[in-house]
Amino acid sequence: MNQKNILPLYEIFIRSKRGLDHKHVGSLHAENSEQALEYARDVYTRRSEGVSIWVVLASDITASQEEDASSFYDPSDDKPYRHAMHYVLPEPINNM
Amino acid sequence: MTHFELSDAELEQRFQQRIDDEQKIEPKDWMPAAYRKNLIRQISQHAHSEVIGMQPEGNWLSRAPTLQRKMILLAKVQDEGGHGLYLYSAAETLGASREEMVDALHEGRAKYASIFNYPTLTWADIGTIGWLVDGAAIVNQISLQRTSYGPYARAMVRICKEESFHQRQGYESLIALVNGSDEQKAMAQDALNRWWWPSLMMFGPHDADSAHSGQSMKWKIKRKSNDSLRQDFVDQTVPQADFLGLHIPDEELKWNEERGHYDFGEIDWEEFARVVNGDGMCNRDRVRHHKKAQDDGAWVRDALRAYEQKKRANAEKAA
Ligand SMILES: [Fe+2]
Ligand SMILES: [Fe+2]
Repeated sequence: MNQKNILPLYEIFIRSKRGLDHKHVGSLHAENSEQALEYARDVYTRRSEGVSIWVVLASDITASQEEDASSFYDPSDDKPYRHAMHYVLPEPINNM
Repeated sequence: MTHFELSDAELEQRFQQRIDDEQKIEPKDWMPAAYRKNLIRQISQHAHSEVIGMQPEGNWLSRAPTLQRKMILLAKVQDEGGHGLYLYSAAETLGASREEMVDALHEGRAKYASIFNYPTLTWADIGTIGWLVDGAAIVNQISLQRTSYGPYARAMVRICKEESFHQRQGYESLIALVNGSDEQKAMAQDALNRWWWPSLMMFGPHDADSAHSGQSMKWKIKRKSNDSLRQDFVDQTVPQADFLGLHIPDEELKWNEERGHYDFGEIDWEEFARVVNGDGMCNRDRVRHHKKAQDDGAWVRDALRAYEQKKRANAEKAA
């Protein structure tokens, strides 16, 4: 297949119901974002799976990696006071 | 910032540990080259099967007996195209390009389920494909929902949600046929006679003869062996054939009280090898047709691209 035919990759996110977050469902290739939106409607929402679709150019996404966790997330582990269960309350009101 | 202190052996051990712990492998994780290669082979083969599988059924779209059946079949065939996309997307997360995968299909380097190399001769074949071929695919895909590679597992979940409709519409259309005229019932029986054995072949060679099985099970790419999936399929399908009043073309098929499973006859492995290796009834036709659809659609993609470039150029000029 001809190299010039390679279309950009879009990541697709769908809100399945009002009140819920958009969730990543997959990806597809399209020439532009309008076309990506139409394709996404055809392939990811054939059974009313969604009320709203986001399409995002995959190349525009900046992501952290799990292996980077030590420098990226680790600080939380030594901050137990950020968690509710760190605080021990007397029995009568402990369901707070 | 991560791996360079770890040797390949250590990385591989961590990778296997993650799999043993039932954690998913995600696209950017370190993985052995052979795991990646094995997955790309399996997922792209699976994607090609969904797409090539549209052809034998598409063959009957214009001749469906009622408008209702036509709409159902159209929806099913459209689903299969969607399944192909979900799977190609999953394979692309491993660094395979769509173009590369399609080229491999056209050049015969990539395979697809050999069942789609059999022709659909009558309308009863369409119901039978939904019942048996989608039925067999479901048995396989349900187990693959637990495959170790995250994007593949998620694609399987999505696909399984849609497959149940495929099998049920097929079975329902066979119910209509077996309750119809003698000719219609005979047509249903004839379709079962032709599709039964190829359906069993869909699960691949015996475990002992399966080239990729051992490693795939260890990596949890596959969760159940070919033979045990095939047994599941036979066990669930025999009562369904009985209900239709159709006869499964296997004289050795018999309930085995001791095993708690049906015993069944041996597959014609020569036929299997012949069709897999390109000499089935429709192999050349299927690939030729796929290539033609690709080529015939090129002008649409070219036009879209030209329009997009023009729009961008105009926007730049205006800015
Ligand atoms: Fe499918
Ligand atoms: Fe299907």
